[in-house]
Amino acid sequence: MYLGRVVGRVWATAKNASLEGQRMLVIQPLTPELRSTGKPLICLDSTGAGAGEIIYWVRGREASIALLPAEPAADTTVVGIVDTIHLPTAPGVGTGEKGAESRPAGAAAGETGAQAALERTEAGPRIAQTGEAGAQSAPDGVPAATNGTQAAPKDPAAPGASRTPTHRKGRRC
Amino acid sequence: MLIARVVGELVATQKHPSHEGRKLLVVQPLNLDGSNRGDAVIALDAVDAGVGDRVLVATEGFSAMTAVGRPNSPIDMAVIGFIDHIDLMPGVS
Repeated sequence: MYLGRVVGRVWATAKNASLEGQRMLVIQPLTPELRSTGKPLICLDSTGAGAGEIIYWVRGREASIALLPAEPAADTTVVGIVDTIHLPTAPGVGTGEKGAESRPAGAAAGETGAQAALERTEAGPRIAQTGEAGAQSAPDGVPAATNGTQAAPKDPAAPGASRTPTHRKGRRC
Repeated sequence: MLIARVVGELVATQKHPSHEGRKLLVVQPLNLDGSNRGDAVIALDAVDAGVGDRVLVATEGFSAMTAVGRPNSPIDMAVIGFIDHIDLMPGVS
């Protein structure tokens, strides 16, 4: 499953019959620190998520299982709305550094990262604002989302994308 | 399957019913040298892992569902084991 933020909706009149009645959301994938990562994609919705909400989504065959018994022709589906994310600075290789550098600002004041996350949600769901809010400590090359909330272009070799290669499949909607 | 480290926990009230009763973990996939490999992902917990643990993550639906014990549910990642030790040939990293 992957984290994301709802940044828009998609309507389609002419579509596969299995998609009738399904909500389609534009999702901007996020890191646990709530910085945008990768390009937006279209997901079906099984939770009733609304604009600006932090959600998590599944990719692959499981995406249509989430909407049983309809089993629509989907490869990504939103399956949960995130309340909080707890990101204590974990000991060990590869985590301490990231956690220390890029936790939400609220975490330093004794709040959980999640509280900061929700505040940011209310502040504005737009991708650009998200990027600015998280840009205070983003030295690791996570691409700032500069593209709009339109449908994700199918660019198979997005330079600078820090996702693992498997994530690219999720963009095909 | 991936080597990963648990870096956090996620709480969601509104979620698919099949995810209820299991922890949602934020796991950071790792390279063999211990550095981060891509972005962190969300995985359902099948072994009662906690923050800081180095774990094995199934990244495919069937294995994840089976490990969690929820067949036919929208689960594509699950923490399915703890890693105690990794032995590598010389020169591999």
